[in-house]
Amino acid sequence: MQNNDNNAQVIRVMLAKIGLDGHDRGIKVVARALRDAGMDVVYTGLHRTPEEVVDAAIQEDVDILGISLLSGAHMHIFPKVLDLLKAKEAEDMIVAGGGVIPDNDVKELYEMGVHKILLQDTPPQEIIDSFRQLVAERGAR
Amino acid sequence: MINRIPSMELAKRVRDGHLRAIARLITRVESGGDPDVREALAELYKSTGNAHVVGITGVPGAGKSTLVTQLVHEYRASGRTVGVVAIDPSSPFSGGAILGDRIRMGDLVSDPGVFIRSMATRGTLGGLARPALDAVDLLDAGGFDVVLIETVGVGQDEVDIVRAAHTTVVVNAPGLGDDIQAIKAGVLEIADVHVVSKADRPDSNRTIQELKAMLMMSLEPGKDVWRVPVVPTSSEKHTGFGELMAAIDNHAEHLERSGEITERRRQIALTRVVKVAEEIVRDNFVRDSRSQTEELLKKVTQRELDPHGAAVTLLKAMKETIHEQD
Repeated sequence: MQNNDNNAQVIRVMLAKIGLDGHDRGIKVVARALRDAGMDVVYTGLHRTPEEVVDAAIQEDVDILGISLLSGAHMHIFPKVLDLLKAKEAEDMIVAGGGVIPDNDVKELYEMGVHKILLQDTPPQEIIDSFRQLVAERGAR
Repeated sequence: MINRIPSMELAKRVRDGHLRAIARLITRVESGGDPDVREALAELYKSTGNAHVVGITGVPGAGKSTLVTQLVHEYRASGRTVGVVAIDPSSPFSGGAILGDRIRMGDLVSDPGVFIRSMATRGTLGGLARPALDAVDLLDAGGFDVVLIETVGVGQDEVDIVRAAHTTVVVNAPGLGDDIQAIKAGVLEIADVHVVSKADRPDSNRTIQELKAMLMMSLEPGKDVWRVPVVPTSSEKHTGFGELMAAIDNHAEHLERSGEITERRRQIALTRVVKVAEEIVRDNFVRDSRSQTEELLKKVTQRELDPHGAAVTLLKAMKETIHEQD
């Protein structure tokens, strides 16, 4: 038998790359780290639209939608994603962001409703811990 | 904390084809547990049995995800809605999984007639976890005309899929010529439709011929015998997927015409019941009777009791403790 408990709640995460951003080394490292922490990770691949990602995240019913952005388009893409989630009555989804994002923008993104921003130097364990905490705080769904 | 919608309420929405309700119920089914989920599934089960369930299997890298994507496009063009359950392996060490089928299916989203769900094997025997079959029910009850199950690569899984699907498609890739020899005992027998993917490659003809030659040998004489077709496909050139859909449709017609569908349905029911029973037994071993289990294991290791005797003792003890909600 595997060493995972059948009834343990497995955290589901979607990791997404949106727009013209081809940097996927980081997101793949994060995917691997989350997998090794026992989470199910759905990776979208590169160059998705916000609509595609939100629809996929709803069908996959992930706990956390993590978006990696190194293109500088974060102030455009996050509001779009949050609006789409609201329009599709999926505001209970936790949205996290990672990548290269200036401090001023981080503050604004939090105000906008992004739950967690993890910048490029974040150690994998911190990402794992904060994801677990976010899901625990949200509670059963 | 968020507002938790009761599963029975979600079940009502599933019948109306509400995608978010289907998605949430699959999540609850996957995380096991709540009695109200089982109640909802029992209720929804009455509304299943309308979808044609197609299993897609083959060696890793054969092109299953790509093929599923193209096949879904064909079904959509023919006016049918499609649910997809895409299964990827869990890590045997952490239990986690990277579900990558979405990468190749990216262009299918944002079409309400398509629903794709990725699931991990969770280390189940045979690779086709019980929740995956429940997910098929949910998509069926949600009104999808066709449900495709994409399995993990080669292993015991193929044998599992044939007992869970109405039509089993085996995807073969060219260049693995000798592998056909190696896997023919398992894979050749379970296919209702064979696909040779990457048919734009020069060596694909050889694979097609080899498959056809082997299928000839196993042909039984008779009028209503299904003759397993070999369909070459190429996603590079966008060819063969219409033919593949037609082959699956032909097989569905054959099942109805010959009456074989009754036996398939029986087979599927048997698989489902056995899988749930196995799960109940396994959970009970772990949960309710831990102390007794340990004691028996000790006796087995010390050769005081044989494994069969220990299993019978445990099952007898379990009979007392099993409750309906398990």
